[in-house]
Amino acid sequence: MSVTTESLREVGRARTRLDAREKLRGAAVFAGDIEVPGMLHGRVLRADLPHAEIVSIDTSAAERIPGVVAVLVGRDLLDIDPYYGHAIKDRPIVAIERVRFQGEPVAAVAAEDEATAEAALRAIEVVYEELPLVDTVERALEPDAPLLHEGPIRPGLFHGLGDLGERDGNVGYRYRLAAGDLADAAAGAAHVCEGEYVFPAVYQYAMETHSVVADWRPGEISLWASCQHPFLVQAEIADVFGLPIGAVRIHVPYLGGGFGSKSYTKMEPLTVALSRKARRPVKIVNRVEESMVTSRRHGMRCWMRTTADGDGRLLTRETRFWLDTGAYMDNGPRVTATAADSAPGPYHWEAVDVEANCVYCNTAPSGSYRAFGATHLQWVAESQVDELARKAGIDPLEMRRRNLLHPGEPVRPDGTGKPLDADLLGDVVRAAHAVGWEEPRRPLVGRGVSVGLLAAGAHPVSRASVRMRADGSVEISVGTTEMGQGPRTVMAQIAAEELGMSSDHVRVLGADTRFTPYDRSTGASRSTTLAGGAVQNAAAAVAARLRESAAEAWGADESLIELRDGRAVYGELEMAYPDVIAKRFGFRGGEIIEGGEVRPTGGDTGSYAEGPVFWEVCVAAAEVEVDPDLGQVSVLRTATVADVGKAINPQLVERQDEGALMQGCGNAMFEEMVYSAGALLNDNLLEYRVPRVQDLPREITSIVVENGDGPGPYGAKGCGEGALAAVPAAIVNALADAGVPMTELPLTPERVWRRMQALNTEEERT
Amino acid sequence: MRIELLLNGEPAATEVEPNTLLLDMLRDDFRLTGAKRSCDVQVCGTCTVLVDGQPVSACTYLACEADGRDVLTIEGFAELEEFERYAAAFERHAAVQCGFCTPGFLLTLKSLADAGELSGEDDIRHGLEGNLCRCTGYRAILEAARDIAEAVA
Repeated sequence: MSVTTESLREVGRARTRLDAREKLRGAAVFAGDIEVPGMLHGRVLRADLPHAEIVSIDTSAAERIPGVVAVLVGRDLLDIDPYYGHAIKDRPIVAIERVRFQGEPVAAVAAEDEATAEAALRAIEVVYEELPLVDTVERALEPDAPLLHEGPIRPGLFHGLGDLGERDGNVGYRYRLAAGDLADAAAGAAHVCEGEYVFPAVYQYAMETHSVVADWRPGEISLWASCQHPFLVQAEIADVFGLPIGAVRIHVPYLGGGFGSKSYTKMEPLTVALSRKARRPVKIVNRVEESMVTSRRHGMRCWMRTTADGDGRLLTRETRFWLDTGAYMDNGPRVTATAADSAPGPYHWEAVDVEANCVYCNTAPSGSYRAFGATHLQWVAESQVDELARKAGIDPLEMRRRNLLHPGEPVRPDGTGKPLDADLLGDVVRAAHAVGWEEPRRPLVGRGVSVGLLAAGAHPVSRASVRMRADGSVEISVGTTEMGQGPRTVMAQIAAEELGMSSDHVRVLGADTRFTPYDRSTGASRSTTLAGGAVQNAAAAVAARLRESAAEAWGADESLIELRDGRAVYGELEMAYPDVIAKRFGFRGGEIIEGGEVRPTGGDTGSYAEGPVFWEVCVAAAEVEVDPDLGQVSVLRTATVADVGKAINPQLVERQDEGALMQGCGNAMFEEMVYSAGALLNDNLLEYRVPRVQDLPREITSIVVENGDGPGPYGAKGCGEGALAAVPAAIVNALADAGVPMTELPLTPERVWRRMQALNTEEERT
Repeated sequence: MRIELLLNGEPAATEVEPNTLLLDMLRDDFRLTGAKRSCDVQVCGTCTVLVDGQPVSACTYLACEADGRDVLTIEGFAELEEFERYAAAFERHAAVQCGFCTPGFLLTLKSLADAGELSGEDDIRHGLEGNLCRCTGYRAILEAARDIAEAVA
């Protein structure tokens, strides 16, 4: 039974995080803290060449080192099909005959301690024969480029992509979105904006690196893993090692951040394979330089052209872009499709043509990173809208007023999928005012806004169970991974609301796939909306049992029983939940346990083209100042909008947006994985710079919008990613407003300074 | 080699190699896992512990250097009465999210407060430069730090 929002007691409040104490005391357990009896320590030998044939591997010297228990190489996997990949099965657990990126696992050692394992790596002799390098997207697309993968595409268990199509050279996946007649529509254009853009590869840097403990036994595999999607990993491990799904047990402790870096399968197959060889449990904890080549954000090359008529009415948008997915697909196809969805931007178009390409290269695999696809495209798309506004002499905010979609209108230009479920204009106006949109501008200071949408929710399948014990305390089993975003607290608030009790008496457990009900994944801003919905349904079912039991005891009508403050109430009569349960079972034992589920309402909707569950709003505004002598850009003010329908915990919503803001600043201002000839040059935190406390803008505003228009509990919808997509775009637009339009990120001082010099030279010529 | 130290207020001793890092000694020998390994190069601060009251990155500090010194980890700090002020401030502002960096921030803040270097906004921002947080975006941590600064002033 749902509750009207006016009467909410738990939901909508800044309840203190339930996991705060444990984490503050250093008592929270992460995968790297786990020790199991007989456990060995694993280290991984990684390829030092980006593209080479493996001529031979000699492990004999390593195996003779005292304390070394097992050395795993490709030939140990001949009895299984050793390829995995949830989208496309293209990745061997450990390199087989060939390495395709620098840092690819070539061998792994399990030893009594880490130092011994490390020493053994140095004793392994690998002879390589170099292969021609495909180090960039440009090279990969040349007609004579060597092919990284050949033969038919093998779909993974969860590709969710509909028809995968044929392989086209090194283009492993292509997604197109087209509507309207371009030539016809562009005929009325008064203003045209066209450009080429570059977005760098970046690293998610979850502070906890990928960490796994694996215990292989005949017929059963146990894992303790830093994974965001335990049930997808469970299914992939079962598939690779030939076991029923239930024979793979994954425990997910707290995660030290995820941001997409731990979505889908990462180090788990290799750790299991090493445990299988060693016949003992093995722990592998990546170092940062290893996690940097385990998952990253795609670099991108993009061409885009946008046209508008004399009144600033947008007409057409064409874009073609190429995402560098690295040596293996990982989540590349979904990133590509999501980027394509974000490319038009939420505007009325006469015609749109989007071609998105996911391209193999000899670089480390790219996967998910918070707001993937949208972060790639929104800054390009929105900078063209602003450029057209400048050409037409229209204020950027007015430009959006004239062109933005309204709630209920189709988002995808071809009319498929969910219509717009948010008030974008209201959102962007609020953001603009928060950075002083109407205030006079000083020279070299600019302001910008950006608006976009991110297809959110992934596949809507979540289950949960809620269990009330004889003492009235409650446990929630839900597969959502707690990686900092706060689901354990939010789920407790939702259940407590439904049960008419305090969340102080509710515990939310980490996933253990043996007992925890299925949840598709923790990502795509889906947990509150979908897993939260399953928890709400399960809790409502427990509440129904409580009412039923109290009604039975009192001989009353069930519908007249109220649940509040941990008691069943009927007129003057009251009964605490432990007494209700005792009445139900006739003694001080028993329990009430119920399940809840959320699923798609119609048929097989596994294809990406369906949905999304909701459109996550990506709206921000920024004010920047540029130093003309140094090219240094300072972000003075920002505003982000969390358009969440209903904030279950408003404080946690703000934290999500503030975290995304800072990651957006990092992506826009200085983060960049620098590759040269297939080698990652800055594979450490000294040379790969992430935002520090001094980078926090002095004035930031997090606007929480609650229009009750989400599909989740109490009208909620997800957040936490939108700001990351919106912030780089707002910063780029603000810098253009200050006089420096940029087409390449990040906005390093050198890059900005050079652009300013070029603009000055152009000005002098004209 | 054998080293003796004061660990979280109690005398402790263990055998270490000359190249054993303080972080590994704490985590492996004493099962004090609140200090975490991340960057390995003194940038992130998640392995921060206090040695004679000074914050150090345990990932690059030799265990043998701790011989005869007073080492405080988050587990020891959490037992001190003053910890409550720090914890309450972090809770109030939801300045803890994934929790991986949190012990490092708390210990750095304690060392700043103890040294009287937690007064103005610039002091706080400067003092926390050696600790990274990827979840919160720092604003909440700064607010918690201001509360702590007021409480200890």
